[in-house]
Amino acid sequence: MTHGVATGHARPQSFLRRHVFSVDHKVIGRQYLDLALVAVVTGMVLSWIMRFHLGWPETPVPGLGKLAPTGAAGGVITPEFYLALMTMHGTIMVFFVLTTAPFAGFGNFFLPIHVGAEDMAFPRINMTSFWVTLLALLVLLSAFFVGDGPPLSGWTAYAPLSAVGKDAGPGQGVGQTLWAVSIAIFCIAQLLGSLNFIATTLDLRTRGMSLARLPFATWAWFITSVIGLVAFAVLMPACILLILDRVAGTSFFIPAGLVISDRLQPHAGGSPLLWQHLFWFFGHPEVYIAILPGFGIVSQILPVFARKPLLGPRVFITCLIAIAFLSYTVWGHHMFLSGMNPLSATLFSVPTLVITIPATIITLLWIGTLYGGRLRFTSASLFALGFVSVFVSGGISGFFLAQPSTDIYLHGTYFVVAHFHFVMGVAAMFGIFAGTYFWFPKMFGRMMNETLGKWHFWLTFIGVYCVFMPMHYLGLAGNVRRYSAFTDDYLQPLIPLHRFITVAALFTGAVQLIFLFNLIRSRVRGPKAPDNPWEATTLEWSTSSPPPHDNFGGRQPVVSHGPNEYGGAGPRDYVMQADPQ
Amino acid sequence: MIARFIALAALVSVSSGIAGPPHRAPPLPAGTISGKVTYTGTLPKLRPIDMAKEPNCVTQHPTPVMTQDAVTGPANSVRYVVVYISAGDQGAPAATDTVHYDQKGCLYIPHVAAMQVHQPLAIFNDDPHSHNIHPLARVNPEWNKSQPKGAPPIRTSWDQPEFIAVKCNVHPWMHGYFVVLVTPHFTVTDSTGEFSLTGLPAGKYTVTAWHERFGTQSQEVTIGGSETKTANFVLTARPY
Amino acid sequence: MGRLFAVVVSVIALVSAAIFAFHVWWLPPDISTHGVRIDRQMNETMVVAGALFVLGQLALAVFVWRFSASETRAVKSFPGGPTPLVVLATVLVGIEILVLTFVGSKVWADVYQTPPAPGSLQVEVLGEQFAFYFRYAGADGKFGAMHPELMSDATENFFGLDPANDTTARDDIVVGSLVIPVNQPVELRMHAKDVNHSFYVPELRIQQDFVPGLVIPLHFTATTPGKYELVCTQLCGLGHYNMRAFVEVKPRADFDQWLKEKAAAL
Repeated sequence: MTHGVATGHARPQSFLRRHVFSVDHKVIGRQYLDLALVAVVTGMVLSWIMRFHLGWPETPVPGLGKLAPTGAAGGVITPEFYLALMTMHGTIMVFFVLTTAPFAGFGNFFLPIHVGAEDMAFPRINMTSFWVTLLALLVLLSAFFVGDGPPLSGWTAYAPLSAVGKDAGPGQGVGQTLWAVSIAIFCIAQLLGSLNFIATTLDLRTRGMSLARLPFATWAWFITSVIGLVAFAVLMPACILLILDRVAGTSFFIPAGLVISDRLQPHAGGSPLLWQHLFWFFGHPEVYIAILPGFGIVSQILPVFARKPLLGPRVFITCLIAIAFLSYTVWGHHMFLSGMNPLSATLFSVPTLVITIPATIITLLWIGTLYGGRLRFTSASLFALGFVSVFVSGGISGFFLAQPSTDIYLHGTYFVVAHFHFVMGVAAMFGIFAGTYFWFPKMFGRMMNETLGKWHFWLTFIGVYCVFMPMHYLGLAGNVRRYSAFTDDYLQPLIPLHRFITVAALFTGAVQLIFLFNLIRSRVRGPKAPDNPWEATTLEWSTSSPPPHDNFGGRQPVVSHGPNEYGGAGPRDYVMQADPQ
Repeated sequence: MIARFIALAALVSVSSGIAGPPHRAPPLPAGTISGKVTYTGTLPKLRPIDMAKEPNCVTQHPTPVMTQDAVTGPANSVRYVVVYISAGDQGAPAATDTVHYDQKGCLYIPHVAAMQVHQPLAIFNDDPHSHNIHPLARVNPEWNKSQPKGAPPIRTSWDQPEFIAVKCNVHPWMHGYFVVLVTPHFTVTDSTGEFSLTGLPAGKYTVTAWHERFGTQSQEVTIGGSETKTANFVLTARPY
Repeated sequence: MGRLFAVVVSVIALVSAAIFAFHVWWLPPDISTHGVRIDRQMNETMVVAGALFVLGQLALAVFVWRFSASETRAVKSFPGGPTPLVVLATVLVGIEILVLTFVGSKVWADVYQTPPAPGSLQVEVLGEQFAFYFRYAGADGKFGAMHPELMSDATENFFGLDPANDTTARDDIVVGSLVIPVNQPVELRMHAKDVNHSFYVPELRIQQDFVPGLVIPLHFTATTPGKYELVCTQLCGLGHYNMRAFVEVKPRADFDQWLKEKAAAL
């Protein structure tokens, strides 16, 4: 174990240095969270427009005709506009919400504190990674304002649709290039971030903070950053190859003889499947990058509010590592029907099913942690418990998609949409909500309003089930995904169910205003927060709320305990990590 | 005295009669080039268009519609030939009446729409479902827009002369043309194959006949005064 | 609050599971020879998944109900620690994985790793933005070569045939619906003209992507006459939602008659 003050930096004076171009990991963490907040609101509004159109495709959306005179003349959304919204919704949510908030947001703020350091290992690189992420987001959003609009190829951007240029459709010109450039820039930011997390975790742990004593959230951030290092290192060159196909006349992903818009395409020798392999080699680890921090946050929060230790901490860490390792072996399950060798489908499905085992163990450890506990219900703990429920729901639908034989029917249907929204759009979001309610007092020195938080939880919990559980039924009925309208005969009986989902989605979206209101109001008027409002053990609760500039007020914490010491007898039922021996 | 007055009044009225209403020059003599477009050779076989994926449109056509790339009429006449003045024309400001292009029964009506540069064009969707109109322009800016059911007409115009193929992405068999010309003297033949280009001042003209499949032919015709000259075109048809 | 949580979770779990169990929305009747085994795999997975789903949610609900804060009760550890849960997860899930994979891989191989039956009716399929077209070989039993540079939607030459120079192409029958005889093995050969598409007929329990640059074989046998929808499931551009064709399964005599009429109209 090591400890270091190498990153110590003096408290900055100017407004710009304190709040804008700050190298302080706490400021950078908040900046990431603010970026994610803007992104999630954008992504959610896009989804409202999409869902409205799916329920009522011929009804004009009030005001949209003025905002998008080409895409929605008279307020009625065209198919290409729907797909552009869908592409941006997926891209913004996966990259700029789920890969920022749980990982770069909370991780940046709390990882150095969790290990007992003053800051990240490379504070200036840390600042750079935020600004590069913001640049990537701005480049992506600029696609809304260029000639033909954003691309329509989905967040997965399969070639050759994404590679041949504007012949393939509206948005496939400049819009698609901007998308690829944005993602390539994002990869750079992620790689820089991963380096920082890994170096800090390995090198800057304070005295007594062995790896075994790391908080669970920190383990999750550490493992996530290792996954990200390899995954983003593949996505970036893939995006560069895509850009080259689009602007430099190369043919990495485009075979010969394609006729698009009555034009024979001047390419030869490329493979569309190559894009899919490269993308999903990144794409599958990416979904674990999105969820693992949530695992860590939930494992951190449940013991606090159950007043007993997480069951099987070493088992938990081992399972995280197993999931990380296995996550690189399963990417082909997105491609069972892609035209790759059918034998490889069976080969990929085995590790895909095997990954269920550590995920099941972790879920059982959470449930087992509750056993015998003394549960306290706060907004944070409710979202952590809700996480367990929605993760079970989302994980179980994976059983069907992991098997090629059942995937024959379910691939490309709403069953898949249900599955990934439950695990990413709901569970990962619940992890972010839980983390927010849990850490808000520490970050801002004020308590959030518990009544509003509980209303937020209940309405959201019921709302998300109303939105996403019915999508399984649509999938079983064969309802294809990524359709901008349901004109096929066999889909007509399913439209009432779509309308139900739309209403539930608009309702659940509106409920998030409660959360926003609570965030803003508590920043300004929340009651002052004590150092340790939840009676938790990890190092952040040993310092003030909010922490001082160097995190621990000049004193380096000395750690004598693990993070899991809850449930003791006596007046104080927990031992903090920094408590004396 | 009265006689002088009457003579003066007569002079005024006659001279004003000769001068005509103010600001109008006397009309120049204008000629006409007319004729007929026919074909020789073997026609390609027209195929029935398979609209099965859009049952709405199948029901709108009790007998199947045939492909429109080689439509002919009695006495070997050729339909949908654009006959126009390609040289010798002084040019003229764009006509201001709007060209209507309709999508109905999953067909473009008319199959070939000719218009002048800058002339307003309005595209209507009269089918109970979406269409997507994609003029495959190579000189003018190419665009591709969906028109959902009930959407307002797309109003546009073209800046450059060009023969623009038009397709519907969603219904691949839909095929038509926007023929954008500089000259105001053009016509599209109907099933009689006959054409008549009127209002041509004296001069030497090149008349061109364009057909999407049978190619282009030109002839030189000189008009002097208000005569009518005949120019017939015989296009060569091939079975494949 | 804990009790409310337990009740809500339980109600959600039981109502959702019931909707699955009672097939309120479900797969359409299967009309293929291989589909019965897919449906069995689907049902078995549904039973296992359903059990795990309900048990997991109920365990969560029960524990939350039971162990809400009571300051007088001492905290107790899960009996046996994590070990029983590790063993339970590994054994239970592991066995299920083995069974599902063992059976499922055969179901999969039956469709995608076996050659078509001899005497299969060969049909070529073209996926393009945004329609499917189908080609039958005609009297000579041979398909004419495809030439991308000759492809023309306007003249219904979707496959880019060259009948002027290629005699085998002259009798090819090209239509916009997949018409097949009942109880006849059919082999499709799938070509993509422009981008990725996919071939999906829910009743036939069959799905396969088209990949530009590859010709992908697919085979099945339909067992029930009728008209079914074939839809595209791979995002291919703005018209993806409208990319469909009809599959018409006809009694043998009707199919032969249809084919003869199409050949005569050439």
